[in-house]
Amino acid sequence: MTMQHLLSIEDLDRAGIERIVEQAARFAEVSDREIKKVPALRGRMVLNLFYEASTRTRSSFELAAKRLSADVVNFAASGSSVEKGESLKDTVLTLSAHKPDAIVLRTPWAGAAELVSKWCSAAIVNAGDGKREHPTQALLDVYTLRSRLGELDGASIWIIGDVAHSRVARSNIIAFQRMGAKVTVAGPPTLIPRGIEALGCDVRFTLDELPSADVVYTLRMQRERMSETWVPSLREYASWYQVNGKRLSPRQVLMHPGPVNRGVELSGEVVDSPQAVITAQVEAGVVVRMAVLYELLAGASAPSTSPSSGRPEAAGAAIGERQPA
Amino acid sequence: MAANPLVHGPQQPADMLLRDVHVLDPRAGVDGRHDVRVRAGEIAEMAPPGTLGHQPDEELLEGQGRHLLPAFFDPHVHMRTPGHEHKEDLDSGTRAAAAGGYAAVLAMPNTDPVLDSAPLLRSLRDTAAREARISIGFLPCITRGLQGEQLTEMAELRQEGAVGFTDDGMPVQSAGMLRKALQYQRLCGGVIALHEEDPTLSRGGCVHEGVVSAALGIGGIPTISESTMVARDAALAGYEDARVHFQHLSCVASVDAVAHAKAQGWRVSTEVSPHHLLLTEQDVRSMDTRMKMNPPLATEADRQALIEGLRSGTIDCVATDHAPHAREEKEVPFEQAPMGTTGLETAFAALYTGLVLPGVLDLKLLVQRMTAGAELFALPTAHVVPGELANLTLVDLDAEWVAGERGWESRSENCCFAGRKLHGRVLLTLSSGAVVYRERAFSVVGA
Repeated sequence: MTMQHLLSIEDLDRAGIERIVEQAARFAEVSDREIKKVPALRGRMVLNLFYEASTRTRSSFELAAKRLSADVVNFAASGSSVEKGESLKDTVLTLSAHKPDAIVLRTPWAGAAELVSKWCSAAIVNAGDGKREHPTQALLDVYTLRSRLGELDGASIWIIGDVAHSRVARSNIIAFQRMGAKVTVAGPPTLIPRGIEALGCDVRFTLDELPSADVVYTLRMQRERMSETWVPSLREYASWYQVNGKRLSPRQVLMHPGPVNRGVELSGEVVDSPQAVITAQVEAGVVVRMAVLYELLAGASAPSTSPSSGRPEAAGAAIGERQPA
Repeated sequence: MAANPLVHGPQQPADMLLRDVHVLDPRAGVDGRHDVRVRAGEIAEMAPPGTLGHQPDEELLEGQGRHLLPAFFDPHVHMRTPGHEHKEDLDSGTRAAAAGGYAAVLAMPNTDPVLDSAPLLRSLRDTAAREARISIGFLPCITRGLQGEQLTEMAELRQEGAVGFTDDGMPVQSAGMLRKALQYQRLCGGVIALHEEDPTLSRGGCVHEGVVSAALGIGGIPTISESTMVARDAALAGYEDARVHFQHLSCVASVDAVAHAKAQGWRVSTEVSPHHLLLTEQDVRSMDTRMKMNPPLATEADRQALIEGLRSGTIDCVATDHAPHAREEKEVPFEQAPMGTTGLETAFAALYTGLVLPGVLDLKLLVQRMTAGAELFALPTAHVVPGELANLTLVDLDAEWVAGERGWESRSENCCFAGRKLHGRVLLTLSSGAVVYRERAFSVVGA
């Protein structure tokens, strides 16, 4: 199984998702140690190239790379040559001169990661391309759910809210289904894109059937959507789609990709409830991103590190399966 | 007296004997092998193959049964001049047209500055009279600055040689504004060509709204954005008994709206592009920016309706909407890329390969639809008949080529068919009696 880039969650079949998630579990043990670093990517360079504001995803990738002992360079588009009119291509060509081994890319444009992968030799990790995909979010959500539920086979997962503008929704619909779950998307009809059912999910416009869900995955309701009249008001949105104590049952798992709007898509009480795994998702973000970077970079060409040097046990299995790129 | 609406650069009339060519002219009812003699740019004689003797002062071209067609007419191209000459100019654009077998094209006014006044039109026609390889006509704007708020001086523009009017690239959003243009047409004439799109429905979109836009998370343009405007403007044309032409139809509902309008006897005509006849939203999945055009590629059902419309005559003609963009403008993420594909150099071969060879359309019908635009704009249609000016295209239907393999005559290379294997190649084009394109063979010693 070869993976050169992680551009879309479609790049991974079920076995691929499981492989990364299991590798992440092994890294989780490292995170519990006093010394949280392993030298797996010592001497490798990871470039974070972010065209959109992002605190959590960027810091999560940064932490993941550092725990693998990689060098990290952060490049934010604001305050850079991008503001002087440099194109994505020229920026990538320029930064490629520093010979990064991996580029973690976040842009407001669908398909940007695919384009960048054609312009340079680094492994590309899509950290969000417009409203299209956010594959590492899907992987960390699968990881979190598996820690909670075991296998996802047959689980009913509801994704609620602004599906139209959500890259998280698209990647998760695909990933959850690949793992055997049944996915339903729910939200106001103005925010459920026509044709989404072609991805295999069910569509609901109310939360009437929410009790049948095993997992309730709420999306962030962005305030700027109000000005474009996608919904009449946040108040009306909350009254129809807010997940709160009345709607969430004790046996359901509650997820959210963050940042949460308390009082809009989630009530404060459920955010703080034992059903919520929102902070576990953040935690999972680091180990899953470690696993992704490890999978992409610690291949045959990686500098050799002996097992005694702190590399997680059994990590060799993942390498053994790789074909030469 | 209004100026001749078509203009071209300096040309040398051809003297040529095309020996044993298969002449196919659906209007003249000719479909068979002939010798064709062109003298001083006119079709002088047509006779059974092998019967016309070669005269010393004329070029001899052995046709070997290859097809000689009336040269094509494209009522919808973007020549990008003035203002965007880095994409195309009148020389490169008409060279591309000639290479595609076209003898005449109509250029759109969304240039910089936009073509909305008589002095600008005069200046552009002067440039065309120096640079254009083939005949070119211009459609100035309906409204000043493409703003949709005030009519251009349509009567003066007509005197200066305007073929008709269009705000192409932008819809005339206000029905009241369009109605005034249709009324004013009674004074000045000139077909009013309409790019149909309701921006309140299309805003924020850049692909067809459907399964692909949902999967890609890219804003969708619903087909109703086009079809509701076609229906509205057809009704306006009916009410004012005006002559309108709907540009680049893309969906079932628009074809239905046009069929309804024609059934009422309203004076409407319409065009369809090769890309809408051959590609669908599925071709956008790759996020290849050459597949980004306006209107967007829609569903297979839409494509089938367009083919059926072209066959039945609901759709009158083929137009490429040739829309060149520089490489660096298209080599960006899909959502950032400008809309448009080039099309002049591939139109015939793509349609021949995609529709005629599989038996979907008859070659005769395709030739008819690729030449029908002229009459719709009250311009002379090419005929392969003695006494007519030679507007001819010689094609080798058996030739296979890969689109773009030898580069492009156009200054831009954003062709949605690039890299596809096509059948049918234009070998020679004559426009207004002159050879304007000849397929070149490249050979070097030692190759």
